[in-house]
Amino acid sequence: MGYYKKNRDFHEARWDEPFIMEMGNPGERGVLVPQASEKVRERSGEASKLIPAGLLRKKAPALPELSQMQVLRHYMRLSQETIGTDINIDIGLGTCTMKYSPKIHEQLVRAEKFQELHPCQDESTVQGILEVMYKDAQYLKAISGMDQVSLQPAGGSQAIFANVQTIRAYFEEKGEADKRDEIITTILSHPANPGTAATLGYKVITLYPDENGLPDLAALKAAVSERTAALMITNPEDTGIYNDRIRQFVDIVHEAGGLCVYDQANLNGVFGLTRARDAGFDMCHYNLHKSFSSPHGCQGPGAGAQCVSRELAQYVAAPTVEFDGTKYYLDYQRPDSIGKLRAFYGVPSVLIRAYAYIRSLGPDGMKSIAELSILNNNYLIKKLLKIKGLSMPFAEGRFRMEQARLSWQELTEETGVTTDDICRRIVDYGFQDYFTSHHPRVLPEPFTPEPVETYSKDDMDEYAAAFAAIAEEAYTQPELVKGAPYKAALGARIEEECLTDWSKFATTWRAYQALGK
Amino acid sequence: MERSFVHPYMPNSVPEVKQQLLDELGVKSVREIYESIIPKDLLYKGRLDLPEPIHSEYELKKHVTDILNKNISTEEYASFLGAGCYKHQVPAICDEINTRGEFLTAYCGDTYSDHGKMQAIFEYASMMGELLDADVVSYTTYDAGQSVCSSFRMAVRIQSAAGKEKSVILVPDTMNPDIFSQADAYCRNVAEIEKVPHVPETGLLDMKELKERLEKGNVAAVFYENPSYLGFFEEQAEEIARLAHQYDAVCIAQPQVSSLGIAESPMNLGADIVCGDIQPLGMHLQYGGGQAGFIASRQKLEYMEQFPTYMYGIARTDKEGAYGYGRAMNYRCSHGSREKANEYFGTETGLWGITAGVYLASMGPQGMYELGETILLNLNYLTLRLNELKGVKANPFGRSNFQEVLVDFNDSGKTAGEINRALLEHRIFGGKDLSREFPGLGQCALYCVSELTTQGEMDALVDALGQILR
Repeated sequence: MGYYKKNRDFHEARWDEPFIMEMGNPGERGVLVPQASEKVRERSGEASKLIPAGLLRKKAPALPELSQMQVLRHYMRLSQETIGTDINIDIGLGTCTMKYSPKIHEQLVRAEKFQELHPCQDESTVQGILEVMYKDAQYLKAISGMDQVSLQPAGGSQAIFANVQTIRAYFEEKGEADKRDEIITTILSHPANPGTAATLGYKVITLYPDENGLPDLAALKAAVSERTAALMITNPEDTGIYNDRIRQFVDIVHEAGGLCVYDQANLNGVFGLTRARDAGFDMCHYNLHKSFSSPHGCQGPGAGAQCVSRELAQYVAAPTVEFDGTKYYLDYQRPDSIGKLRAFYGVPSVLIRAYAYIRSLGPDGMKSIAELSILNNNYLIKKLLKIKGLSMPFAEGRFRMEQARLSWQELTEETGVTTDDICRRIVDYGFQDYFTSHHPRVLPEPFTPEPVETYSKDDMDEYAAAFAAIAEEAYTQPELVKGAPYKAALGARIEEECLTDWSKFATTWRAYQALGK
Repeated sequence: MERSFVHPYMPNSVPEVKQQLLDELGVKSVREIYESIIPKDLLYKGRLDLPEPIHSEYELKKHVTDILNKNISTEEYASFLGAGCYKHQVPAICDEINTRGEFLTAYCGDTYSDHGKMQAIFEYASMMGELLDADVVSYTTYDAGQSVCSSFRMAVRIQSAAGKEKSVILVPDTMNPDIFSQADAYCRNVAEIEKVPHVPETGLLDMKELKERLEKGNVAAVFYENPSYLGFFEEQAEEIARLAHQYDAVCIAQPQVSSLGIAESPMNLGADIVCGDIQPLGMHLQYGGGQAGFIASRQKLEYMEQFPTYMYGIARTDKEGAYGYGRAMNYRCSHGSREKANEYFGTETGLWGITAGVYLASMGPQGMYELGETILLNLNYLTLRLNELKGVKANPFGRSNFQEVLVDFNDSGKTAGEINRALLEHRIFGGKDLSREFPGLGQCALYCVSELTTQGEMDALVDALGQILR
C-alpha cells in the first residue's frame, strides 16, 4: 500500500526503424482490393478508357511496396516509440486534461451500428445516433446553464471560432459590426482566442496579469469602449488561479455593450461547482475530448461544443439536433445561423464517448471530477514546491484549481539547467515530456502540471519524486540533465536548424531527398 | 454519490486516501478549498440536472448499444451515398494501428519521447506527397472544407506578400455547397468568393466566363474540384491552371484521393495548391466523423510560409542515418504567435493522418491503381444500367465520371426524396437527394459507388427503381 517506484529503471522502446519509403520491394502487396465482377468488366471495358485522356495518371505514385506483416510491424514499432496516456502518468501535459479514456467507450464507438453510418442517410435510420447527440446537448445545457448548444465544432479551437462568428453575426444584426471591431483577451488565455478573433478580422487587445497573477482589471477598464465587440477569457487561466473578479469583468464589458465569451476548454476543475451562464457569460465552449474524456489521438480528432444564451440561440452553427416529441431530427431551419463549420455534424465518435462518460458518472460523479482534480492539484503542488529551485509565481498561499503554472527560474539561475532541459530529462524517468507554456512565455522557465482525477496519490508521489531527483541532478551534475534524454525512443540529438531554417526544411521525404542534391 | 462510493476512474475517491490528501493540505474538505477561491455568489448551489449514473460497464454498454441499435447501417442496407463521405475497404491493420493505446491516447509529446508518432506523421505526409506529386504536405486539418478555406486564404496572403491586393476567389458553381458556405463565412473579411457558371450542356466550367472574370485583374485564385462534386471529371484542368497563371492567379485544386492511383494529380496539371480530404484512405464512415483535410504545394518559400497548420519537419541527428522530427516554424500558427498568426489553429485530426499512412503503405501503387479501376468500372456499369430505366437519365451531362454520377429523375414523375424513401423499403440507401442544394437541377440525386459496391447491389437497385417508377 502506498508503494511507488523511485528511480524507475526505464527505457523507452527504441527500434531505430527505417523510413517507410526505404522499405519493401517492387511488387509486394499489403492488401488486395475488391475487383469488379466479370459482367461489370464486360460491360464497362477498360478502366483507362473511362478517364479523359489528359487526366490519366502518367507515372504511378512512388508509394512503398510492402507486405502486410511488414507494414504492421513497422507501425507497431512506431506505436511503441510513442508515450500515450495509456502507458504513462501523463500529469505533465497541463491544460490538456490527460485523463483516463475509458476502454468501454472504445467498444461503443467501434460498433458497426455507428462506424458504418453514412451522414446522408434518411433521418429515420439514424435515430440512435441523433438521440445521443441530442441528449449530449441537453446535458451540456445543464452543465453550462446556457440555452442552446451546437455540436458542429470539430475541436475546441473551432468552437471558439464559432463563438467569434456568433459575435460578428450578433453585431451585424444590430448594425454595429463596423463599429465594434475589437476583441479583448488575456495573455494567459488559450492562443486560439486571439487567433480566431484575428482570423475574422478583429483587432485584438491583450490584458496582462497584475501582481496577483489575475488579468489586470484596470487594464480592462481602460480597454473597453464603444469599439468593444467582446471579451474572450479563460478562467482559471493556465496559472490555475481562479479569477474571483470574473463577474466584474463581465459587467464592465456588458456595460460597454460587448459580449462575454468564456473559454471552458478545460472544465475539469469546474464541473458542478460554477456555471458559465451564472457568471453572466453570453457564450462558452467545451473541448469534449478533454474534460469529457475522449482519447486525444495524436492531436485529434477531438470535438467542441458551442453553448450560448437564449439571446444568441438563433446564431449557433447549424444544423442542431432537435426532438419533436417522437423523433430526433437535424434542424437546418436556422436562417440567422453562422452556418456550417465542418462537414456533416461534427465528430460523432467523440459525442458518443461524452454521452457514455456523463451517463456513467451522473450529477454527483461529475462534481467529484472537479473536487478530486482540485484536491489532486493542490496536493501535487505542495509536494513539488518542496523541490529546490521550483516555485509557483503569483498569489502565494492561495489554492489553485485543477492545474498550476510553476517556474524553474531559480533552478535555472543557480544551475544553468532550463525547463526545456528538464522537459527532456523527465522522459528518462518514464514520463511523457511536459507542457511548459503557450507562447509567449509570460513566466520564466515554466512547467504546467495537471494531475486530473484519474491519477492516484501513488502516481503523484512517483511523479513528484522524479522531479526531485532531476533537481538534485541539476545541482550536482547539470550536464547530465542538459544532455538528456538518454532513454527515449530517439537516441540521437537533432540538428535544430533543419527545423528553423527554411532552406533546410522538408515536410516530406521527397523534399528532403531533393534538398540533399 | 455516497461518501463511501468509489469510482473506478477516480482512485482518490477511496475515503482513506482522500483523507490523506486533505490532511496533507490541512483542510477538512475539498469544499473548504474551493470555497476559499470561488466567490460565494458564483458557486452553483443546485445539483446538476443530469440523469443518475449507470454504474457497471455492462449496464452502460447495454444502455448505449440499445440506443445505437436504433440505427440502420450501410452494412445492413446497400448504400449509394457519397457526397463527401465514402465507404471503402478499411484494411484491418488500419483499425489495428489506430486503436493501439499508444497512438490513440498520445497528444502533443515531442521529438524524443513521441519519436514514433512524429515519424508516423512525417511518413503520412511523405506518402501523400507521392500520391499528390507534391513536395510540401501539411499536418491534417479538420476536413476538406477547412483545407479549402485555408487554401483560399493562403492564396490571398501569397498575393499580398507579392504586393498584389487581389481578393477574388473564383470557384465553379457546381462545387460542394457545404464547403462553399464554409469558405464564404471563413474568408468573408479577406476575400470575395465568386461562382463561375458551368456550361449547361456539359457541366464543365465556362471557360469564356472564367477568362472574362480573370481579365478584371482582381482574382487571387481559381479553384476547381476534380472530379466535381457532381461526379464528372473537370477535363479542362490544365487549361484552367494555364488561364489562372496568365492572369497571375493561384490555381487551387481539390482532387478525390481515391482516384489518384489512376487519375493524374492536379499538381501535374499546373495547380499550385492541392487540398482535400483523406477520409477515403482508411477511415470508417462514422456518421461523417472520419473526415480530415490536407493542404499541399511545391517547395516554394512563398507558399510554405503561408501554411496556417502545423508542419512536421525532418531533421538530421548526430547519429549517421538516424532522423528526428519536429513541429516547425510554429510562428505561422496561432499556437506560436496568437493574433499575428496566418490563421487560427487547434487540435485537428492526427490519428486519421497516421491511419491514412498505414492505408497508403498497405495499398502501394498497385492497390491505388486497382482501387481507381474498380470504382470506374462499377460506376460505368451502374450508369449504363440506370439508363435502361424509363424516366431516368444517369449522367445527363454525358461526361466521364469518377465514383459519383448525377441521376436525373425529372421525367420520372417522382421526386428524388420520394424515390429514396421508397428505396428504403428495398433495404437500399439511394443517392443523395440534390433538390435542396441544386434547385436548378430539379429532381436529381448523386449516386455513389466504391470498390465495395457489388454487381448484385447495383442490379438490385435497378430492379427496385424499376418497380418504384413503374
